[in-house]
Amino acid sequence: MSRTSRSISGVAAVVGVGATEFSKDSGRSELRLAAECVRAAIADARLAPSDVDGLVTFTMDSNTEIAVAREVGIGELTFFSRIHYGGGAACATVQQAAMAVATGMAEIVVCYRALNERSGRRFGQVSPGGVAPTSTGVDNSWSYPMGLSTPAAMVAMFARRYMHMYGAASEDFGRVAVAERAHAAANPNAWFYGRPITLDEHQASRWVVEPLHLLDCCQESDGGVAVVVTSAERARDLPHPPAVVTAAAQGSGTDQFTMTSYYRDDLTRLPEMAAVGRQLWAQAGITPSDVDVAVLYDHFTPFVLVQLEELGFCRPGEARRFVADGAIELGGRLPVNPHGGQLGEAYIHGMNGIAEAVRQIRGTAANQVDGTRHVLVTAGTGVPTSGLVLAPAEV
Amino acid sequence: MSSKPVPKPTPETQPFWDGCSAGELRIQRCKPCDAAYFYPRPFCPRCGSDEVEWFRASGRARLYSYVINHRPGPGFDEDAPYAIAVVELEEGPRMMTNIVGVENTPENLVLDMPLQVTFERRDEMAVPVFQPAVEGGTR
Repeated sequence: MSRTSRSISGVAAVVGVGATEFSKDSGRSELRLAAECVRAAIADARLAPSDVDGLVTFTMDSNTEIAVAREVGIGELTFFSRIHYGGGAACATVQQAAMAVATGMAEIVVCYRALNERSGRRFGQVSPGGVAPTSTGVDNSWSYPMGLSTPAAMVAMFARRYMHMYGAASEDFGRVAVAERAHAAANPNAWFYGRPITLDEHQASRWVVEPLHLLDCCQESDGGVAVVVTSAERARDLPHPPAVVTAAAQGSGTDQFTMTSYYRDDLTRLPEMAAVGRQLWAQAGITPSDVDVAVLYDHFTPFVLVQLEELGFCRPGEARRFVADGAIELGGRLPVNPHGGQLGEAYIHGMNGIAEAVRQIRGTAANQVDGTRHVLVTAGTGVPTSGLVLAPAEV
Repeated sequence: MSSKPVPKPTPETQPFWDGCSAGELRIQRCKPCDAAYFYPRPFCPRCGSDEVEWFRASGRARLYSYVINHRPGPGFDEDAPYAIAVVELEEGPRMMTNIVGVENTPENLVLDMPLQVTFERRDEMAVPVFQPAVEGGTR
């Protein structure tokens, strides 16, 4: 995994970002949301739909590549691909695009995710159950009959053991929510713009599943986000400062389940994210201390703490101390989710975090961190996942 | 009346569910590794051997983690808020379960507390649940 001549590092760049508004009821179809954000991303890159020859999305996305191509006026496609495991797919869409560009399978690839997650199918609600005759059905058969049926409950199981092992408290999770909501409060595109929270409000919010309060859980959103990926060479000819993909990785751990990896040696870790992190640092040729901004997947607050540990920003069990002095806030030593994350901006399955990373590289973010050179982005936690490091072209 | 989900056995998991129906916690063991494992699989997850066998576990376990769920799953409405737990069996493997025989509160549920298996009927099947172990046996 060392940086070699065959590395993906530096080969591709994100040259366009596009998004719909983030809402609770978009009033239009998921396909239209996808078309709108893809169109906006292509326009942002100052390209034409006919330039696009590749599309990548999540297996969970309801919009096929061909339908999106038809909506937007994209013609012939030479590359199309989908990534599995829910929000774990987010950064891997860009990895797929970068690999396609690097190998000549396509030249301009758009990655998209569009969903009516609040007004349509709500992932956070109790799942309808049933045990399909698939490997996933077998996995679920060990949890569903026991009444484990929401992502919040699945994460809470980790959180309880983590608290027991390391002495973490609900307030430690709350500090993540408070920091991100403060960031969202200063981001006009965030759903919670102008609406920060206090730690007392976090503590007073109702239980969803103990030990998680309502304000430990990300919001539910309607919206779409797309990014355009092309080669670093082509990027030079386009108007925006490119966000060069200096690292892109996927990871799945030993004894991996989707959200219920409870049978490993240690329930308090996310080894799939550690695997992503090791690859990212090696590819980018940096260490965690070089990261200027971290966009960490935040569907539930406890896993933001665990990610800080798995990615090497602090040692196992020490994240609560890391966040206690404001390190993850704007102005702190590692600003996390300056856009407000999925807790504050919107839940677009991690794709809005990639867009934020691109804005931080361009210098156009609502809460811009000065002198940003290396931005880390991670995808879904508790599932097979992915990550990126983006950097300006001159690095 | 409860309509909690009823497990749907596969050919590989049938012996486990048959054990539950018979009031026994039957899991598998790899002979070369001399180590128990769960969930049921035809090959040892550690070494890949097919020299595996079923055996009756002691039913003794410790509370490894739990949640108190305020948003009940299908069939659990009357139980909410209820605990869902991961227990570590005396033989090593962990499994997901519910806690019975004690009010499901944080005060009553202390991690690493000793537990003992019992079984809850679901139609023609049964699922393993755990209750606090007491000195000298189970209550």
